[in-house]
Amino acid sequence: MTNDPRTNYWLRKRFGRRTIVKAGAALAVTPAIASIAAACGGDDDDAPATATGGSSGSGGSSGDTIKVGILHSLSGTMAVSEVAVKDADLMAIEEINASGGVLGKKLEPKVEDGASDWPTFAEKAKKLIQSDKVAVTFGCWTSASRKAVLPVFESNKALLYYPVQYEGLESSPYIFYTGATTNQQIVPSVEYLLEQGKKNFFLVGSDYVFPRTANKIIKAQLAASGGKVIAEEYTPLGHTEYATLIAKIKSSNADVIYNTLNGDSNVAFFKQLRDAGIKASDLTTMSVSIAEEEAAAIGGDVMEGHLVAWNYYQTVDTPENKKFVPAYQAFTEKSGKKRPTSDPVEAAYISVYLWAMAVKKAGTTDVEKVKEAMAGLEFAAPEGPVKVHPTNHHISKTVRIGKIRRDALIDEIWATKGPVEPDPYLETYPWGKEFAKEKKS
Amino acid sequence: MDIWLQQLFNGISLGSILLLVAIGLAFSFGLMNVINMAHGEMIMIGAYCAYLAERTLGSGAIDYAFLLALPFAFAIAGLIGMGLEVTLIRRLYGRPLDTLLATWGVSLVLQQAARSIFGAPNVQVTTPPWLQGGIAVTGSFTMPYIRLFIIGMVLVAILLVWLYLVRTAAGRRTRATMQNREIAAALGVRTPRVDMLTFGLGSGLAGLAGCALALIGPIGPSLGTYYIVDSFLVVILGGIGQVVGTAIAAVAVGGANALLEFQLSASVAKVLVFVLVIAFLQWRPAGIIARRAAR
Repeated sequence: MTNDPRTNYWLRKRFGRRTIVKAGAALAVTPAIASIAAACGGDDDDAPATATGGSSGSGGSSGDTIKVGILHSLSGTMAVSEVAVKDADLMAIEEINASGGVLGKKLEPKVEDGASDWPTFAEKAKKLIQSDKVAVTFGCWTSASRKAVLPVFESNKALLYYPVQYEGLESSPYIFYTGATTNQQIVPSVEYLLEQGKKNFFLVGSDYVFPRTANKIIKAQLAASGGKVIAEEYTPLGHTEYATLIAKIKSSNADVIYNTLNGDSNVAFFKQLRDAGIKASDLTTMSVSIAEEEAAAIGGDVMEGHLVAWNYYQTVDTPENKKFVPAYQAFTEKSGKKRPTSDPVEAAYISVYLWAMAVKKAGTTDVEKVKEAMAGLEFAAPEGPVKVHPTNHHISKTVRIGKIRRDALIDEIWATKGPVEPDPYLETYPWGKEFAKEKKS
Repeated sequence: MDIWLQQLFNGISLGSILLLVAIGLAFSFGLMNVINMAHGEMIMIGAYCAYLAERTLGSGAIDYAFLLALPFAFAIAGLIGMGLEVTLIRRLYGRPLDTLLATWGVSLVLQQAARSIFGAPNVQVTTPPWLQGGIAVTGSFTMPYIRLFIIGMVLVAILLVWLYLVRTAAGRRTRATMQNREIAAALGVRTPRVDMLTFGLGSGLAGLAGCALALIGPIGPSLGTYYIVDSFLVVILGGIGQVVGTAIAAVAVGGANALLEFQLSASVAKVLVFVLVIAFLQWRPAGIIARRAAR
């Protein structure tokens, strides 16, 4: 049951983002969609191609507006997370329009609801590309939804910008990834811990693909750099009884807990950790799935002092962020609820700007030309300068270790000197050879 | 040594929560042959009651909001349980499989209702300061106050249930109905009323469990689903309709979980507990304590 009702905000967020594709649900769906897309897409595919002289997907620039697609879950289990990201897209579009638009034309957002359902994502992606003829689509959160739309975008030669950090080991010619890949989040956070003299790692994760993949990477990295894995423990998704695991942690001589738990479990885990008398000052945790909103949901009093790894925090001190945070909060307040900014929100904002810059550079919305223009683009983002990698379609990002405050905001306590080049297949690491093998030629 | 004490304590603690949840199921299963899939949602309702109490009374009342929430959760979950019995379950007696489907539907409705009312994101309650932390018995053996409180609360609740069943007239009528509905009815026991009250009592206890769970974990629309399977396991292992058997089974399952999880891992422990229970039921199909009375 991939639509298990017990998924909630937390679970959802991690659940999908981290390729829960494992269940085979998405994997099963993907080829099916690919064939459907290939079968149904045939006619429509040719139409724009002939109309625009050889390149498809360049629609949307007719008239005095350019249509852009936004494809996020506005209903269903993922809505809570994705509505925040959709707002970041809309805000960027509003800002770009206010400053004159792109190529003298205003951007016209076409918002579609993926409804937290992967086949629906594929359907809506096809609709945006083929009937609305959008020039580009910004969207998806979960890896499952990304995997579901990937063949649609590839077979229609249309562009997708994906704004969430994910498990890496992927790159598509028609997708730009503006969130972190593993070497921009997990790998540097392990390096940081080692630098702090934390050698003995206790790995705690939810029992599905993402934590197991992440821990595989961490183990390879630790083996190469003198660290030690004391224990590797997985609990079922949604697990809430952590007394025993905490007893194990206490009786081990771990220096640090590396936490890849997902969903609800984090709430139970951290509350019970505190009740067992373990404070962040005694034994800290490093989490890769807890941002501002999640920390607030668990409670700042419980999370205070624990560490997280991301590329962006609301408190990041850049001139761009000083404008970005109040602008976003004012924008979201209009539609009801003032929200904190977060890493995916910021990455979505960057996406729209990068695409608009590429279109200006290319002088057209033609997909192939925009793709070429993307290579090497630089943008002063709220997180600091980012740069599009010439070949792998990810962007360079600054990595930041943060410490959670009592008010559930996060203070940066360590950062890389500058942006880190994306390396989705960990090819630049001597210990990363087995992961580099996953790259498809 | 410490670690074994710790695990013994963890096992009892988990068992006590299971017991509180399972006792309501033992009633509905044993008394009415109703497979109540919506029982987990009574836990969820209880947990949201704790949240509501905290929200309504404000942060100034953190010290006692939770205590007030306990009877509130019991009453609300109990009333909803009675309402469910009167409107739906009453019409399905004698058709256990239909009750399974119908109550499953009810559980989905209740979860969606919670999502609409409280929103999809999880909420949480602040643990009252006097329940934070724990007693450090020895170096690595800590008994968190919350767990002690929950164990105490469960003991009191079970004692009251036992007194109700054994010492009050209403309890005697309940037991009579449980043992032989037709004869009880013939002797003048208003069995429909007994059904309603018992169902309400079971639901109320689940609400109480939810209220306690709010202190140690997240509160979300799907909270109940995490406990419902284990609770059915406990009820079947204990012997359907047997309060004492349920209690033994709850502690056994809780203890086995804690022990196996410590030796192996959480996922493997869950599977092994299932295997052990199934093996046990091969040997004693009626559970730890078999029903004596003929039906």
